[in-house]
Amino acid sequence: MIRLHDLEFRYPEGEFELRIADFRVERGERVAVIGPSGSGKTSLLHLVAGIVEPGRGRVQVAGAEVSAMGDAARREFRIRHVGLVFQEFELLEYLDVLDNILLPYRIHPALRLDRTVRERARSLARRMGIADKLHRLAPRLSHGERQRVAVCRALIAGPELVLADEPTGSLDPANKQRVLDLLLDYVRDHDATLLAVTHDHDLLDRFGRVVDFKGLGT
Amino acid sequence: MSGPLYLAWRYALRHPAKTSILVAAIALIVFLPVGLQVLVGQSARELTARAESTPLLVGARGSALELVLSSLYLESRPPEPTDWAQVERVEATGLARAIPLHLGFQARGHPIVGTTLDYFDFRGLHVAQGRRMAVLGECVLGARAARALGLAPGGELVSSSETVFDLAGDYPLKMRVAGVLAPSHTPDDEAVFVDVKTAWVIEGLGHGHQDLAAPDAETAVLAREGSSITANASVVEYQEITPANADSFHFHGDLSAYPISAVIAVAPDAKSRALLMGRYEGENESQQVLRPVSVMDELLETVVTIQVYVVAAIAIVSAATLATAALVFLLSLRLRGREIETLVKIGGARISVAAVLASEVVVVLSLGILLAAALTLVTSRFGSAAIRALLLS
Repeated sequence: MIRLHDLEFRYPEGEFELRIADFRVERGERVAVIGPSGSGKTSLLHLVAGIVEPGRGRVQVAGAEVSAMGDAARREFRIRHVGLVFQEFELLEYLDVLDNILLPYRIHPALRLDRTVRERARSLARRMGIADKLHRLAPRLSHGERQRVAVCRALIAGPELVLADEPTGSLDPANKQRVLDLLLDYVRDHDATLLAVTHDHDLLDRFGRVVDFKGLGT
Repeated sequence: MSGPLYLAWRYALRHPAKTSILVAAIALIVFLPVGLQVLVGQSARELTARAESTPLLVGARGSALELVLSSLYLESRPPEPTDWAQVERVEATGLARAIPLHLGFQARGHPIVGTTLDYFDFRGLHVAQGRRMAVLGECVLGARAARALGLAPGGELVSSSETVFDLAGDYPLKMRVAGVLAPSHTPDDEAVFVDVKTAWVIEGLGHGHQDLAAPDAETAVLAREGSSITANASVVEYQEITPANADSFHFHGDLSAYPISAVIAVAPDAKSRALLMGRYEGENESQQVLRPVSVMDELLETVVTIQVYVVAAIAIVSAATLATAALVFLLSLRLRGREIETLVKIGGARISVAAVLASEVVVVLSLGILLAAALTLVTSRFGSAAIRALLLS
């Protein structure tokens, strides 16, 4: 599903440099990435999603050469194939819960918003325990609720790859399990792949593989 | 609603203060020049139409504009008075038909117009209910006046006292409503029409009182000298003209000297108009004869000149406002940088992300233009009446 080969990445304005010789994730795998802060875990997710381009090397996702795509193609690839959960959630403050979940359908003509999609959004919200807050504006949600909305948004378009940056970071133990249950159930039901950055060591046993970033990047 | 437009709409709703200010600014930029144009155009059309239907006006020398405005719109302060002799003078030329106008009195806020029956024919006014006034003390109401006063033929209307603190002045006269005119959508709709002699009674120039020769009037007699009887202050003066007391109403002195406000001179052709105007060109002439359309054209020329300056000022203010609005949008873009980044990271198409931002401008512009259209509509409905009221005040 994912293959990073002979990869080199550096932010234009920073000293940080990421090098990955070879990294593979197979379809259906549930991979947790751990490692110290600043080691490049988030950059890895951004490289896989095509949000940033590597200076050298190849990024292949679902058989597509993401590193060779132009900006428009990478955006379309992302919205069709990748679901992203950001560390800071990045909800739109002027939208309510339902509209935030449906956001991918509002910003790309390739996705068509219809009744089925709306029902799927409600179903996801029910699973996350936020069905009663569908019309609450984002600023009026608690930290944990915002995180759950972000997870729903990542899954709404039915991605075959889910990239999650600390998806349980702000949650109490019960909600951590709930979010992880949803992600893992989704991966299992859709034959999708999960690559999650996490600091929750007590949840690692629920992933199929744990990658310590110290041994992956430099 | 498309995705970008929907997001822009939600953003506008979530930021009502900013949106309202921008919408108001855009609305003003659009409305001020357009509304002004509508206002001036409509006022010009109305003023000119009324003036064009009034061939010549004769009145005392003084402000031509005041004479024309009050004679045409019946609302403003009356012009310097002229006298009934001017009606006879116009008629004597054989060049025009003379229709007197005596203005300056009101009944519950509506102007009382003292005139003759010829005025109705001249203005094409038709009686919708009842009949025209036939005897002293009767009035005919314009359509809007009748509706506003809630009166119909057979009703009664009292003239407003003009000299409340003057014991020797005129007193209110109770008039009977003889008829109501059909709507004409002109200032005539607001007026109360009476015969010019009734207007003189209202002014106190004609009056009726108890018969001092009657035996029961002895206590009201101050002195008798031959056939001349002088009344004391207890004489009963009538405030209403009825069939029983109508004969007691009389006018003292020479009627030719009685005041009127203006004379509408209806000349049959251009030549007669020119000849009549020539009769009033002497150096010692105390009267003036005017073509109302010329006076209104002069007024409109002044208005148009002022409009040019106003539009220029509006253009400068609009440019500054537009620049400010553009700055607000640009600052908004900076503030929304994080949101734009999120849309990009999720995979929003470049065109969709641009459309989200452009839609905000479209939403604000659309709301602004809608508001401007509504304001223009209100202006076209009430603006010319307001301008007329301003000119007549």
